[in-house]
Formats: sequence, C-alpha cells, structure tokens
Amino acid sequence: MSTPILDVRGLAYAYPDGHQALFGVDLHVHQGERVALLGPNGAGKTTLVLHLNGILGAAAGSGSSAGTVAISGMPVTRATLPDVRRRVGVVFQDPDDQLFMPTVRDDVAFGPRNLGLRGDALTDRIDAALAKVGMTPYADRPPHHLSFGQRRRVAIATVLAMEPEILVLDEPSSNLDPAARRELAELLVELDLTLLMVTHDLPYALQLCERSVILSDGVIAADGPTLEVLGDQALMASHRLELPFGFDPAHTARSAHSDRSLGHQ
Amino acid sequence: MWSELVGANHSLLHYSGHSPLHRAPSHWKIVATVAFVIAVVATPTGIFWPYAGYLAVLAAATFIARIPPAYLARRLVVEVPVVVFAAWLPFISTGERVTLLGLSVSREGLLAAGALLAKATLGVLAALLLAATTDIRDLLAGLTRLRLPGPLVEIMGFMARYVEVILGDLARMRISLVARGFNPRSPRHWPVVAQSLGALFVRSYERGERVHVAMLSRGYASSFGPGSSPR
Repeated sequence: MSTPILDVRGLAYAYPDGHQALFGVDLHVHQGERVALLGPNGAGKTTLVLHLNGILGAAAGSGSSAGTVAISGMPVTRATLPDVRRRVGVVFQDPDDQLFMPTVRDDVAFGPRNLGLRGDALTDRIDAALAKVGMTPYADRPPHHLSFGQRRRVAIATVLAMEPEILVLDEPSSNLDPAARRELAELLVELDLTLLMVTHDLPYALQLCERSVILSDGVIAADGPTLEVLGDQALMASHRLELPFGFDPAHTARSAHSDRSLGHQ
Repeated sequence: MWSELVGANHSLLHYSGHSPLHRAPSHWKIVATVAFVIAVVATPTGIFWPYAGYLAVLAAATFIARIPPAYLARRLVVEVPVVVFAAWLPFISTGERVTLLGLSVSREGLLAAGALLAKATLGVLAALLLAATTDIRDLLAGLTRLRLPGPLVEIMGFMARYVEVILGDLARMRISLVARGFNPRSPRHWPVVAQSLGALFVRSYERGERVHVAMLSRGYASSFGPGSSPR
C-alpha cells in the first residue's frame, strides 16, 4: 500500500506534571480517507491531535514521549516542524481561539504568510481558501461580527490557505445549529481532502466518515467501518459512547444508500 | 454598565463617516495628534491664551469630521480621575492664599489645577477625535507605517481583537452572578467582584495559551528573531 499520510506508531505521552494521556497509539490514515476519531472525554483525543503537528511530543520537547509520528513518510522532528505544520491543518474547537487577527482576510493570510508567501501568490491563496468555504463576501469583516457557523468556516479557511495534505478537525459540529451543521457537512464533503475528525457527534461521524477509530484510555480500542463500530453495542457501551435517542445507524445507512448523495437531503 | 459596553457591538470610540478627516491617511493623523498633545503639554503654566487657539483647532477638526460635539463630550468621562486630582490641588498646595466662593485656597494650586484640567481635556479630546475618525485597523496600519516595532503593533492588534471576547466573558459571568442573587451594590458582595475578576484573568490567560497553540499550528515561529515576525 502507498505511504500513509498519517502514520502514528506506538505513541505514548505523559504531560510534564506526570499525567499520562497516551499509552501506545497506532493509527494510519491514507490519502483520501475520512476518518472519525471517537472517544469519551479524557480519552486523550486532543493530546493525540496536538502530536500530529508537533505541538506536543518529542519535537516540542515538553513532557516525556515514546513512539513516532510521520506525515507522508516524513518523521515529525524539530527540523521538520515548519513543513509538518503546513501539511497537517488543525482546526480547533473554538473559532475565537483560531481567529486572532483584526479581519477575516488578515487571519486567512496568517498561515501562508508564515510560509513565506507574499503579493499575488498570497492574495490568490486567500481568495481560493475563502471561496472554498463560501466566505468571500466577508473577507474584510472582523471575525467577532460573524455568526458562530461563519466563524467556524473561516477557521477552516485559515487552514485550507496553507494547502494541507490532511485536515484535522476538533469537534467541527459543536455549537452549530442544525442548518449550519448540515452546511458544514456538505462543505467538508466537497473539499475532497483527507480528513481526521475528532467528534462526539456520532451521526455526523456516520454521515461523513466511512471509517471510525475509538480512542479510549490512551489506546486505540477499535478501528473499522463506521457502521460496524457504531453498531457494536457492547464495544460502544464499554467506552462510554452512546448514540442519540432514536438514532439507528443501520436504518440511517440504508436510507442514505437509497438516497445516494448527501447533498440532496 | 458591562452589558452596555458589550451591547455596543461595534467600536466604542469609532464614529463611522466619510469626512476628509476620516479619509486622511492614518499615520498623518497619528503624527498630528501627537504633535498637538506635545504642544499642549509644553505650554508654560500661567499663560492661558494659547488654550483658546488649541480649542479652536479641535473645534475646527470636529466640524470637518462632522462628529456631534456631544458624542465626544460623553466620552470625556475617562478624564474623571484627573478632574478629581485637580480638584484637590487648590486645597493642598502651599503659597499665597486667595478666597474663592468663601473658601481659602492656594493661588498657585488654583493656577496649576486650571492648567492641568485644560491640558488633560485638550489631550483627551484630541485622542478621542483620532479614535473617532480612525478605524482601529487603520490605526494599527498607521503605526506600522510609522515604524513602530512589529511586536508592539501585534500586541495592540490582539487587544483590539479580544477586547470584545473578554467583555463578553465578563457579561456572561455577571449575568450568572445576578441570576444567583448577587447584588453589585451591596458591599458584602464586593469580594465576589474581586474573585470574578481573578477568574476572568485566569480564563483570559488560558485563552491566550490556546491562541498561541493555534498560531504555532499555522507555522508561527515562536521565538523573536529574524524572519519570525508574521508581518
């Protein structure tokens, strides 16, 4: 098989205060896959995400860690950090943390500018990223004057502007109203990017990701097709994962299959 | 008061318009304001005629910018601490005494207080006029053009970006306190105000850390050095 975009092997990590969050995680994500990372609170999901672009771990030099992370075959080390951060685009949960510049345009420019882009090349990147998330008319607005859903889309644009190989989203559907949640799903499908999505929103995982991984107590507890993972009641219950009331994955999958496409709901 | 501040969703100080003063390059306006304030402050104590000239300049600028004088007057409240200090001066200064409204006050103190009030008012008015005619982004761009060091401009940019987020946090904390029977007027509850401010500080600090991680994730080089500045 080809080199995976994301290759995590035996990753263990303890925070400087001694709290160990990861106990040997193995995870591979290949080009074009959309993978949901599920798990109860405190399972180490955010810790894992912060290892994927070297914010935590051996490359950052804080805490104690073992194991390796490689992006398209390139190990994450101090020397490769700038390249790693271009290839792995992380969208954080709270857009107010991610959007720190005075206007949407400045914010989207922040990443590419750090990559050394200037002038027309920079402008093209910004315009393309904003167009992909449908936020072009808002380029000159301050982020805090946008709705929450719009801010989340801009947060995705700030990362798209760096043309990442994999998009990592932390709880993308949280705090969105149902319409904004659906629009975001359509947008993510249209992006046609390799995706790793941390979420508690299990129907969202089923809708968007063909494959799901359960992270529990710092190890990968399950890895398989989303429908099978969500359908395994014993597995789900043992990791504190619960489907919303009235949601039947098998039924939803059948009706989605007869509908064929997500865009026509 | 907090909710009013937050309710003013747009800028507290900027008065949007299209006057020549609004359109003037921001770095000129900054230089003009600073020069004006220096001239005001450098006016020797005891000479009062230049103040009429200063006021005329401000009045003309306000007229050109088409800003209602009441708009500026209301925002003069920031000057209150200076006024309180100036009001003390005639009583605590030494020297020749004169009688004013039946009170024995120091002549020197009276002059000093008058000069202080005039200078502070003119300085604050000039700053308010700059803020009213210049959007915060233009102001930052102007400071950059004036070669203010990048990190300083960045810090001001963060302040502009997060002031509303933090005021929003504050308003939510206040609502949750009031919802549980908190009365801001009762001195018994004042310790709670101090505790909430402490909590707000911790929240803002943690947000700062999350923002920093988000910056690093988009390729920001954390150490200050050649080529590390995002601008």
